Amino acid sequence: MHGQSSIIVESKDVEFYYSGEEETVWPALSGISFTVNQGEYVALVGPNGSGKTTLLKLFNALLIPSRGEVLVKGISTANEDTLPEVRRTCGMIFQNPDNQLVATTVEEDIAFGLENLALPSREIQNRVLETARLLGLEKLLKQPPHLLSGGEKQRVAIAGVLAMEPKCILMDEPTAMLDPAGCREVLKTVRKLNRERGLAVIHVTHFPEEAAGADRIVVLNEGQLIADGAPGEVLTNLPLLHSLGLRGTAAVELAALLRADGCPLPPQILHNRELVDSLCSLEQNS
Amino acid sequence: MNRSITMGQYIPGNSILHRLNPRLKIIALVLLLVFLFLLDTFSALGASLGLALALFALAGVPFSYLLRGLRPVLYIALFALIIYFFFTSGGVVLFRIGFITVESEGVEQGLFIVARLVVLVLFSLLLTLTTTPLSLTHGMSYFLKPLSHIGLPTEEVAMIMAVALRFIPTIMEESQRLMRAQLARGADFETGSIFRKAGSLVPLIVPLFVSAFRRADELALAMEARGYRIGARRTRMHEDVIMLKDWAALAIVIILIALALTFDL
Ligand SMILES: Nc1ncnc2c1ncn2[C@@H]1O[C@H](COP(=O)(O)OP(=O)(O)O)[C@@H](O)[C@H]1O
Ligand SMILES: [Mg+2]
Repeated sequence: MHGQSSIIVESKDVEFYYSGEEETVWPALSGISFTVNQGEYVALVGPNGSGKTTLLKLFNALLIPSRGEVLVKGISTANEDTLPEVRRTCGMIFQNPDNQLVATTVEEDIAFGLENLALPSREIQNRVLETARLLGLEKLLKQPPHLLSGGEKQRVAIAGVLAMEPKCILMDEPTAMLDPAGCREVLKTVRKLNRERGLAVIHVTHFPEEAAGADRIVVLNEGQLIADGAPGEVLTNLPLLHSLGLRGTAAVELAALLRADGCPLPPQILHNRELVDSLCSLEQNS
Repeated sequence: MNRSITMGQYIPGNSILHRLNPRLKIIALVLLLVFLFLLDTFSALGASLGLALALFALAGVPFSYLLRGLRPVLYIALFALIIYFFFTSGGVVLFRIGFITVESEGVEQGLFIVARLVVLVLFSLLLTLTTTPLSLTHGMSYFLKPLSHIGLPTEEVAMIMAVALRFIPTIMEESQRLMRAQLARGADFETGSIFRKAGSLVPLIVPLFVSAFRRADELALAMEARGYRIGARRTRMHEDVIMLKDWAALAIVIILIALALTFDL
């Protein structure tokens, strides 16, 4: 292991405008500086229109910063020649599982990115098989995408990115269109890849419970980075979250209500389990 | 398999026919179709029918698919039969209804034309039932390749066709959903003049187009994110290499045709 020290994605004082005329319009992003290390699981949260999707697209070189620069493994995304390398390092999963599957069968879809890399067909076949096995898709290889469930489609999308052996995957609300079972299926898969393969993950979500599972939470508001820290710090900061129209996890919200009622709960409660434990120990002490 | 709309007519399988190279299958089909137009005896036609049926058995395609595939030509066949029966004269008069006569020449020609049509459809079905739409597209795009020398983007056209194949079922599903939603709101797609019917389709077509354009937008982005670049060199997961067995199959077809033609079967 290289440990936590090697930087995968770095954004240096990035500013981004959607239209060319910088003076007349509001920037979608401004003054964004942060780094993501190998193996890190970062949740990106913020109200609608705060620039989360824009930021992910900058990391995948779908958009190029208007000012400042984005470096992927030290390579600037602004350079046309290294574009394939950047996109291979940072794969992107979109919200709608239907509109990101390109091919008529699962295996052809997993192969799509590899075909773009112009790898020899033998190697493509090997990697497709390997990735499908890793994600439990080997029985679905010949299926057309429209016969898959939402969770399966999203897993195929992840497989398509993973086959390219990325260092980081960018996920833009990947579970927004899935049922609870599909949600769990996808999140478990990603978490496993993150733990076992040291894959960095940047996960845009508006579910506090999903964000609570991350190593680190970054909060965007109106194109600015306004908080960056461990879930225990950021998600328990209810005044901040509420001022942005966001919520803490159910446990955080409930703990806050109980505290307001005079219940002496510790401040760092994040997960349901912790809340239950604290309440139980209170009961025993009294 | 039939959980919803299936694409094309492809039936998954692992027969020799399934595994043959799509390009050579296309060439063989073209040769057989030309042969069908050259032959002029019932015996040659019968032999072709026999060949088609034998190949169906080889492909392991259920008989029901064969009948289903023939259904669309039923009306054309009937129409042709009627025209030939009643309007072609020659030979002996078989029977007479009022002033209309049915003569043996007409019956013979009619049956010949219809039988030829049936065999022609059977051969084409053999190709579409045993080849995935995608390989078919790739196979056909191969024959378009020479056009890239005069500046036509044949690789991109192949990609467009492949993406279209991918999205046809999705968009069909969506249109059915929209239709049901409109029906639930009391829409009526069945009755009224042709203009009324066309009018009732507007609330269906507009959202369908809007959604299709949104899909196209998102898909383009997803393809770009996965490293697709127009004009860049790509490889394919399944390279359609032509193997000895493919040449052998084509050779057999050519020999059969040559034999049939030389002995004027
Ligand atoms: N294609 C676009 N053209 C112009 N403005 C856009 C475009 N996409 C997003 N924006 C604007 O940029 C801002 C950030 O959008 P986005 O990154 O999509 O936010 P989020 O994903 O956090 O909801 C919003 O104000 C939005 O209106
Ligand atoms: Mg967004």
